[in-house]
Amino acid sequence: MSLPSVSRAERRTDAPAGTGGPLGLVFLLALALLAGSVVVSVALGQSDLSVREVWTVATERLGLGWLRIDLFGLHGAEGLTELRANLVWEMRLPRVLTAALVGGGLAVVGAVMQTLTRNPMADPYLLGISSGASLGAVAVIVAGLSLGSLGVAGGAFLGALGAFVLVLALGQRSGRLTPTRMILAGVAVGAFASAVTSFLIIWVADPHATQEAQFWLSGSLASARLPTVYTMAAAVLVGLLVCGFAARGLNAFAFGEDTAASLGIDVQRVRWVLLVVCALVTGVLVAGSGTIGFVGLLIPHAVRALVGPDHRRVLPLSALVGAVFLIWVDVVARIAFEPRDLPVGIMTAMLGVPVFLWILRRKVDR
Amino acid sequence: MTHLAEGESLTAADVSWSVDGQHILAGVDVQVPTGSFTGLLGPNGSGKSTLLRGLARLGKLDEGVVHIGSDNVHRLPRRALARRLALVEQNSATDIDLRVLDVVLLGRTPHRAALQADSATDRAIAVHQLERVDLAHLAHRRWSTLSGGEQQRVHLARAMTQEPSLLVLDEPTNHLDVGHALQLLAMVQHSGLTVLAALHDLNLAAAFCDHLVVLHQGRVAASGPPEQVFTADLLAEVYGVEADVDLHPRTGRPHLWFHPPMVPH
Ligand SMILES: Nc1ncnc2c1ncn2[C@@H]1O[C@H](COP(=O)(O)OP(=O)(O)O)[C@@H](O)[C@H]1O
Ligand SMILES: [Mg+2]
Repeated sequence: MSLPSVSRAERRTDAPAGTGGPLGLVFLLALALLAGSVVVSVALGQSDLSVREVWTVATERLGLGWLRIDLFGLHGAEGLTELRANLVWEMRLPRVLTAALVGGGLAVVGAVMQTLTRNPMADPYLLGISSGASLGAVAVIVAGLSLGSLGVAGGAFLGALGAFVLVLALGQRSGRLTPTRMILAGVAVGAFASAVTSFLIIWVADPHATQEAQFWLSGSLASARLPTVYTMAAAVLVGLLVCGFAARGLNAFAFGEDTAASLGIDVQRVRWVLLVVCALVTGVLVAGSGTIGFVGLLIPHAVRALVGPDHRRVLPLSALVGAVFLIWVDVVARIAFEPRDLPVGIMTAMLGVPVFLWILRRKVDR
Repeated sequence: MTHLAEGESLTAADVSWSVDGQHILAGVDVQVPTGSFTGLLGPNGSGKSTLLRGLARLGKLDEGVVHIGSDNVHRLPRRALARRLALVEQNSATDIDLRVLDVVLLGRTPHRAALQADSATDRAIAVHQLERVDLAHLAHRRWSTLSGGEQQRVHLARAMTQEPSLLVLDEPTNHLDVGHALQLLAMVQHSGLTVLAALHDLNLAAAFCDHLVVLHQGRVAASGPPEQVFTADLLAEVYGVEADVDLHPRTGRPHLWFHPPMVPH
């Protein structure tokens, strides 16, 4: 506000990374980091497990028992009780994998939404889409529809889609989306959806009502279980594939929808397909973990600062970095404040809000 | 890197568009012959940008048929159209931190499949087009650090990188100094492409265009070669200015001398 904008041009003349430079190394590094993070973070927690124990359980349950002999010369961990094995397989691993899927999925959704809406502040949580998903999920539960976890995920998807369409409709003025107006629409839709969600939960007067509401409103990975991991993995995979195919097209949106169209992009189709995919991924993730905010804002901006704005790099790298990020934030959430198990959404909000304000100042509030 | 450019003709018949019951374009006929440099003239708000966007199938039209070569523009898939017609809009801005070469490479979008990487050929075409607009030395600069005129020339390089047969330009010289304006118009004139450009400088239009279309309040007020179109009467009617039409001593093209209007005290 105080400094004139001259410095903007002088800051650095070269963009972060060259077009199509050798990035294989960065990807491999991120992939290795993710794999390492999964194994190590499963071992961390209230009752300490060794990396060796984690590896043993994981390879055995996957029918890959022979691997543990070859890799790192790890021997089968002696005294690995059934209880500890179950802790790894039934509790820790699902939680870590859920963190990875939620982090990666939300980061990709955020990156796509930022481009699609030309709004650097777009994020499934800030635009009220996660809250819409919560409402959809809770509505299915409250209605007593015995559709199982897939039904809840389906409700969340519809809720997310409804919220997204509503925010796009409210966020525009004579056909033009303005970033601030959109965020305000998102806040309104999100607040309303959250209020209705709380109302529904309390109305059914479940004995655990407040705890339940807390889960849907601030997001937690504490109840992560294996079956949900499969559903989430499927949704994130679909999301990554579709967004991957759209990556080159998304680059063409840099100068707006008209330029994209004149470059041969079927703007309406791309927009609707990606909108539905974003809602699907957000919905399924929220159904399993509640509303975890700011990951979709933080990660894509960090990744762009690292490798530039090309979506062919930003999207896959956001997925990897987002996964690693949420794994470690959740590790902190569950062990730093022992014996409390903090909802991870509280941590991401504390990290995300300063970045949100920085983006608001740097990119929107000119 | 010599891409043998070939033009295609563009014809628009009876194009109309209205908003809130007000005619912005009313029964406009335009013919842009193959390989010609056609200038689209007319005062502010006469409908030039609206027409160009309609021809490029960006805006919707209420009526009218547009053909590129023998194909109806509205029946072509977008991608196929983008390989034949490239548009440089009047205003085209971004907040994204792109480099100049990235922007030019966007022109390869209609030529490449979704998962295909940019090839050495794509890069060579992009660099070559940057050279043609005299900006090769800025290839690695950030977009946001360029001047308005430089950005405009990069957009032209991007459009040329689409390797179209038809180039549609909306006021391509409005940010350029006289040297770069002349250079740019000469470049597109000799590109071998069919060019349709909205222009404001009537003397530049007279110097470079083979053919002119003058819009006035959404209708075609005159069309033809510059020596037929530029008459004192037309300039008075369309622009409300008083002018003498002369011949340029070196080129023999029409040249206009404008008279300052009388300002009542
Ligand atoms: N979407 C729109 N809604 C209302 N009026 C419009 C719209 N688009 C263009 N116009 C009007 O149409 C007229 C022609 O605009 P334009 O084609 O941009 O003119 P030019 O490019 O010749 O200066 C102007 O009066 C403009 O205000
Ligand atoms: Mg115009």
